[in-house]
Amino acid sequence: MAKRAFPYIPNSVEEIKAELLEDIGISDVEDIFKEIPDHLRFDGKLNIPEPKLSEYELKKHVERILSKNKSAQDNLNFKGGGVWQHYVPSVCRTIAGRDEFLTAYVGDAYADHGKFQALFETASMIGELVEMDAVNTPTYDWSNAIVRSIRMAARINGRKEVLIPASMSPSRKKVVLNYCKPDIKVTEIDFDQETALIELDDLKAKLSEKVSSVYIENPNYLGYLELEAEKIGELAHQYGAEFIVGVDPSSLGVLEAPANYGADIVCGELQPFGLNMKWGGALSGFIASPDEEKYVGEYPSLLFGITPTVEEGEYGFGHVAFERTSYAQREKGKDFIGTSTALYGIIAGVYLALIGPKGLIELGEGIMQRCEYAKEKFAELEGVSIPIQTPSFKEFVVDFSGCSKSVKEINQLLEEENIFGGIELGEKMEEYQNCALFCFTEVHDRYDINKLINSIEMIIEKY
Amino acid sequence: MGKTIFRENFHQADWDEPIIYEMSTPGVRGILVPEPDQKIKDRAGDVLAKIPASLRRKEEPNLPEVSQKHVLMHWTHLAQETMGSNLTNDISEGTCTMKYNPRINEELVENTDFSLLHPEQSEETVQGILEIYSEFENIVKEVSGLDKATLQPGGGNHAVYTAASIVRKYWEEKGELEQRDEIITTIFSHPCDAATPKTAGFKVITLQPDEQGLPDIEALKEAVSERTAAIFMTNPEDIGLYNPKVDKFVEIVHEVGGLCFYDQANANAFLGVARAKEAGFDMCHFNVHKTFGTPHGGSGPGNGAFCCKQKLAKYLPVPTVEHDGDKYYPDYDRPHSIGKVRDFYGTAGVIVRAYAWVMAMGEEGLRETADISVINNNYLYRNLVEEVKGLSYCYPDNGLIRQEQVRYTWKELTDDTGVDTLAIERRIADYGIQHYWTSHEPWLIPEPMTLEPCESYSKDDLDEYIKVLKRIAEEAYQDPEMVKNAPHKAASRKRKDDNMLDDPERWALTWRAYQKKKDKIHAD
Repeated sequence: MAKRAFPYIPNSVEEIKAELLEDIGISDVEDIFKEIPDHLRFDGKLNIPEPKLSEYELKKHVERILSKNKSAQDNLNFKGGGVWQHYVPSVCRTIAGRDEFLTAYVGDAYADHGKFQALFETASMIGELVEMDAVNTPTYDWSNAIVRSIRMAARINGRKEVLIPASMSPSRKKVVLNYCKPDIKVTEIDFDQETALIELDDLKAKLSEKVSSVYIENPNYLGYLELEAEKIGELAHQYGAEFIVGVDPSSLGVLEAPANYGADIVCGELQPFGLNMKWGGALSGFIASPDEEKYVGEYPSLLFGITPTVEEGEYGFGHVAFERTSYAQREKGKDFIGTSTALYGIIAGVYLALIGPKGLIELGEGIMQRCEYAKEKFAELEGVSIPIQTPSFKEFVVDFSGCSKSVKEINQLLEEENIFGGIELGEKMEEYQNCALFCFTEVHDRYDINKLINSIEMIIEKY
Repeated sequence: MGKTIFRENFHQADWDEPIIYEMSTPGVRGILVPEPDQKIKDRAGDVLAKIPASLRRKEEPNLPEVSQKHVLMHWTHLAQETMGSNLTNDISEGTCTMKYNPRINEELVENTDFSLLHPEQSEETVQGILEIYSEFENIVKEVSGLDKATLQPGGGNHAVYTAASIVRKYWEEKGELEQRDEIITTIFSHPCDAATPKTAGFKVITLQPDEQGLPDIEALKEAVSERTAAIFMTNPEDIGLYNPKVDKFVEIVHEVGGLCFYDQANANAFLGVARAKEAGFDMCHFNVHKTFGTPHGGSGPGNGAFCCKQKLAKYLPVPTVEHDGDKYYPDYDRPHSIGKVRDFYGTAGVIVRAYAWVMAMGEEGLRETADISVINNNYLYRNLVEEVKGLSYCYPDNGLIRQEQVRYTWKELTDDTGVDTLAIERRIADYGIQHYWTSHEPWLIPEPMTLEPCESYSKDDLDEYIKVLKRIAEEAYQDPEMVKNAPHKAASRKRKDDNMLDDPERWALTWRAYQKKKDKIHAD
């Protein structure tokens, strides 16, 4: 039997290959590879697993491996901390699966007009949420949006120190430390363990005219509203520092647009908008700022702008201030640019258009209601307390110190009940030993919350 | 054998689509969110009243109000006004390896056993995804010949940035970071090989090509010193020439103590043919969304698989994926790590797809990928330069056989007709083909065009491409103004004035900015 052709390689048919070789005037592909000296050649066959050549066998094989996971499909999930379980509308999935968007890349805004318009529209809607006129195409994730914002600020005012809250996501903090390492000093602002809020006195003590920017998260990593955000911004501005606010934008139906309490640069995470959790793989960051040259000129990422075409009344699109980028200027560009998360940015736009202004408000209010309900239910449990009374959005801290079981043990037992309990905080933040960070969203109904509470009650009583 | 396809009567979808805000009608809904039940509402009380005034939203966010049908319609129209590579003959985007992205892999990542995993779940509940990470790491280690890998970087440039961070950490731990402050690269290496070391705090030295178009080894000898932290270089460089002396470059840098990073963003033509190990490199990376068959997503999500030798493994970002003989686990206990370059584990969906792509191909399939890529390219470029008037390619007389891609030049045609490469690039969309990639900056090759006919393209596709470029060249000689004013049949016409996009008074990044500036934008 003749060798079967590879379905992904049309010219793997022997006769076609022979025809191509003949046209080139060679008899073997080695006549091309001979350009590579022998000692640089890999002598042998790659030692990789036997393939699953038919699509059926491939599907079965990969699904068998994936089935070793346990997911939020069959388990109630109460983990957040930077990746949150929200409902993904069917229309978002449909658009995400369109081969036109999925398999496009870097064509210009003629053949890829739709991609440019889609990303412009996402930027437009994000701009409305944060009330700023300039928004970038997406970054890898929120953490990268933070560091890009910090580095933008440092280039804007030429200063070399950033103040960040010690309460910020430990994982995002690691990314900040990495990117600031060469030339920006990172100083942490203390927070009050009882309120989870930034210590204003410590902020004042650390502010100086050397500080380039002050970064806060609102809601913060633990889910609490940074109540003195406006004051923090005023203090930063007194010293001429840029005030950068990181947000979970799903809160912006009920929480104020950061520009309205003094933010100069806003950044955040788009994953809540129509993107499944995907083990943290579906993150996508954004940056927004005033539409002033001093800000726009410092963005490292691509910026898509609307512009007229030669046809009267037609909207066209193109790259704004492309010369800023490292694509144009290599090491003289602003940081570096590259393939980021455009598709996720497009989906976030679809989500925002679906949910609309009233839906976003309802989403935010409903989440807060579920959280308050859950807080009350937790507080009824013996040995369990809600240690922080600061208003929160979709996450909050639960203290299990009064229980005989550790958070780890409780979570293990919850897993047996098909529940993914809150994130164990003790390993991440020394202030919160025996505490867990719980997340509630619109996917949780009263029965889900009650099941969680009842299961914890049983675990506490039983053991 | 199929006939040569030529889409003479092509016209892209052109919906004259309004901006979503223009489709908004107050009160209309696209989707309803699940409300909490009354018992929750009663117990919770007035939650909005708990938000202090300074943080409470005073006005509804100005989002469009559009019905579900119209949201679906709008973004489907925008999709149709986009030329994804699965739908078209995308030999065009050279250096980007626009290969077929199998549909089955999209089905796999929609499987809830993957799509509904939270990254903070216990390791016991994510053994499947950890196994796929581990297996794919093994694959890239084998393809590179190096010892250890991370899949955390979100794209190729991010992996190169990771390399720069590791170089910095390596010298810091040796106590020589102040002295080792230079990273060398070459002008035909990707711009990120210069930009990411700069971001990581290094001074960048760029080598120019020699008369053959290869990196100048004499220039390297002059550039290296006790200040050399590393070299970051691509091979083949993005003009498509394999540097046969690449191991000599490595030797020269190693002699002064420097590290060597191999930018293998596009390794498609060398799968099972040549590796970083045999060339002596300490580190390399692969753009998973290029070589390993995953979709580019309109510019991401992608992934950058970074590989290194054992001596650098301790610097990798946390967590690494390990196996204790019984189960897989993420290892955060790595005191020498550079920390993190991204939240959590990287773009996991890209890894699931890439693993599935390799498992569909196997060792023979990977080698076939390499073979057909170089065969396709040699067929394409020989026929193109023979048949298309005014077209040549860079360094035509250097005697080197082209590998997987070629940088062409339209200089002769431009000199003859005044039609430049940007006009031809626009015109090609009128025949149903994606705009081609010209070149990274700076354009050392005048009026450039870079094509990469990887293994996904059939002989019919290659012949179509040749025929289209031949036709456009003829058009340029016969009716240059028509080509200069292209595109005529794409989703959008030529921009009126590109200078507007560089003018702070007339650029507009959002609809709200456009509302404020539209009088200036349309002033003439």
